[in-house]
Amino acid sequence: MKINQECAVALIAVLLGLLAGALLMVLAGNNPFQGYLYLLQGGLMNAERIGNTLATATPLILTGLSVAFAFKTGLFNIGAAGQMLIGGLAATAVGLTLDLPKLILLPLVVLAATLGGAIWGLVPGFLKARFNVHEVVATIMMNWIAYWTVYYIIPGYFKGAYLETESRKILDAASLKVDWLTNLFNGSYINLGFFLAIIAVWVIAFLLNRTVSGYELKAVGFNRHASEYAGINAERNIILSMMLAGALAGLGGAVFYVGYASNMQIGVMPTQGFDGIAVSLLGLNSPWGVLASALFFGMLHSGKGFMNAMTRIPPEIADTIIATIIYFSAAAVLIERLWEKVIKGKKESVNALEINQDETNERIGGAR
Amino acid sequence: MWDLMVQVFPYAIAFTVPLLITALGGLFSERSGVVNIGLEGLMVVGFFSSALAIAELEVFIPDSAVWVGLLVALIAGALFSLLHAFACINLNANQVISGTAINMIAGALTVYLARNITGSGNIHIIHGMVRRNIPGLSQLPILGKLFFTQTYATTWLVLGILLVSWFILYKTAFGLRLRACGEHPQAADSAGINVYRIRYLAVMISGAFAGLGGAIILVTYSGEFNGSVAGLGFLALAALIFGQWKPLGILGATFFFGFASTIANVSQVIPALAKIPGILLKNFPYLVTLIVLVIFSKSSQAPRASGEPYDKGKR
Repeated sequence: MKINQECAVALIAVLLGLLAGALLMVLAGNNPFQGYLYLLQGGLMNAERIGNTLATATPLILTGLSVAFAFKTGLFNIGAAGQMLIGGLAATAVGLTLDLPKLILLPLVVLAATLGGAIWGLVPGFLKARFNVHEVVATIMMNWIAYWTVYYIIPGYFKGAYLETESRKILDAASLKVDWLTNLFNGSYINLGFFLAIIAVWVIAFLLNRTVSGYELKAVGFNRHASEYAGINAERNIILSMMLAGALAGLGGAVFYVGYASNMQIGVMPTQGFDGIAVSLLGLNSPWGVLASALFFGMLHSGKGFMNAMTRIPPEIADTIIATIIYFSAAAVLIERLWEKVIKGKKESVNALEINQDETNERIGGAR
Repeated sequence: MWDLMVQVFPYAIAFTVPLLITALGGLFSERSGVVNIGLEGLMVVGFFSSALAIAELEVFIPDSAVWVGLLVALIAGALFSLLHAFACINLNANQVISGTAINMIAGALTVYLARNITGSGNIHIIHGMVRRNIPGLSQLPILGKLFFTQTYATTWLVLGILLVSWFILYKTAFGLRLRACGEHPQAADSAGINVYRIRYLAVMISGAFAGLGGAIILVTYSGEFNGSVAGLGFLALAALIFGQWKPLGILGATFFFGFASTIANVSQVIPALAKIPGILLKNFPYLVTLIVLVIFSKSSQAPRASGEPYDKGKR
C-alpha cells in the first residue's frame, strides 16, 4: 500500500512537470500536444532514435544509481557531476596514453573511470565519517575541484588537434562504441555502456537487498548510533558507501565521455550529475526504479532536439520539465495532501497527513 | 609588484562584489535555519531579469536603466526564492533537494525564456555600470589607488548593504529573532516568535541579494546574459562557510576568493604570476573550504538548526 502510494506520488510529480512544460509551451505560443508528440517521436520514432534514447539514458542510470545508493545509506551525494568528470578524465587519460588491443584496453579504461570516481567519493566519505563534515558541502566542493582540475589537465596534457578547449579524440580501441551495436541501431550513439549500466543496477539491487553488507549500509543510514551499538562499524560503512556511489558516477563518466562522446570538453559541468538526483527521486531511490526513470528522462533529452527542429520550442523545455519534477518530488507532501483530500475526504485527511509527513520525513530524512 | 596590485585590484573587487552580496543573502537564510544551495539559480534569475529589463529600457532611459535593472533583479530573486521557502517551510521538504531544483529550474527556465525572446538565448546590454574615481579620496596615497579609483557604484552599494546587514543581524530585535530561529526554533517559538514568518523573510532576503548579485555580474563585467553564472553561487556558499556564518568573515572570505580567482584569470598574461599554476589558484577556495570544515568540525559556528524543517511538536 505504501509503495503504491509512493508510486502514485511520483507519477503525479511527473504529470505536474509535464503540465508545467505544457504551460510554458502555451505561453510561448506553441501547441503543447504537438510539442509532446514531436518530443515522443524524437525519442522513439525509429531504431536510431531509440538507440540514442538508450545512450542518453545510460549515464543517467549510473548517476541516478549513485545518488539512490547514497540515499539508501543515509547520505546525499550531490557530487555525481564531479565524480563523473574525474571518471571521464581517468578514462580519457588511460585511453589516450596506453596503446593496447581493445580487449585489454577497454576494461582498463572502464576500471580507471570507476576508480577515479571512487576516489572522488572517498574524500567526502572520509571527511563525513572521521570529522562529521556534511557530505553535501564536501561533495559540492569536490565538484568544483573536479571542474577546475579537468579545466587545466585536458589542455595541459591531452590537448585536441584544433581546439584548446577539448581533448584529442580517443581511438576506437578505447571507446565503448562497438560496430555491431552501432549498426544494429542504424548508427546511433548506443554503446556497451548501456549493458554496464544494467549490470550495475542488478549488482546494486542485489547488494542492498540480499547481502549482509547491504543491510549494514542501510542500517547505518537509518541510525548511525543504533547501528554502532549493534556492533556495525559505522565509519567504515559511510566511507564504503560514498566510495561505491562515487564509483558508480565515475563509471557514468566513462559511458558518457568514452561511450556517448569520444572526447572531453573543458568548462562544462555535466548536467547528468544533477539530473541523477531527479532520476533517483523519481525512481523512489530503488535501483530498478532508477532504471525506469532514467529511461524516461533519456527520452525527454533525446527527443528535445527533434521537437525543437519541428516546432521552434527551445530544447531547454526538457530540462525545465525535469527540474520541475524534482521540485515536486521534494515537495511530495503537497501532492500527498491533495491525494488524501481526493481519496479519503477532508475529515480523515488531517490524521493521515500527519502520518504521511512522518513517512515523508523518514523517506527523505535519511538523506540528512 | 605595486603596479601589478594596482592593475589587478579593480578586477578582484569587481569579482568579489557579486560573491559578497550573494554570500550575505545565504547568511540570512542559513542563520534563520534554511539551507539555501539554490543561490546559484537565484543569481541566474537576477542575471536574466536584469538583462531583460535593461535591454528593454535602455532605449528610453539610457542612464537610469541600469538601476532599474538592479531593482528588478532584487524583486525577481525574492519572488523566485518563494518557491524554495514554500517547499522548505510549509512542506518540510528536504532543503538540499529543493535548492537543487531551484538551481535547475532557474538555469533551464531563463534560457528557455531568453531563447523565445532573442532566439540565441543570450541577452546583450549596451549600457553597463561606469567605473568612476571617487573625488578627493582617490588622491589618498596607497589606499586611493587601490580602493577609490575606477570603482563601480554597486561596490559601495554592496558594502553599504553589508554594514546594514551586520547592524540588523546583531543590533536589532529582528536580527536576534532570526538567529534564534536558526539555533533553536522551538525555543524561539515558545518566546512568541513566528518561526515561519521569520524564515520566509530570511529566504526572501537571500533571494533578493542573490538576484542582485547576478545583476551586478551583468552590469559590471559581463554585459551579456548567457544562462550561467559559472558556479559563483556555489563559490558564495563556500565563502559563507569559510567566513563561518559571520558578516565580516564573509567579507574576508569573498575578497580572498575573488583575489585568488582574478589572479588565476590574469596569470596567463602577467609573467610574475605565470609561475603559480592556475589549477592551484582556481581550486584554492574549494580546498580551503574543505580544510576549514575539518578544522572547525569540533567547534563549527554553523547555525544549529540549519537544514532542519521546523516541527512544532518536536522538542
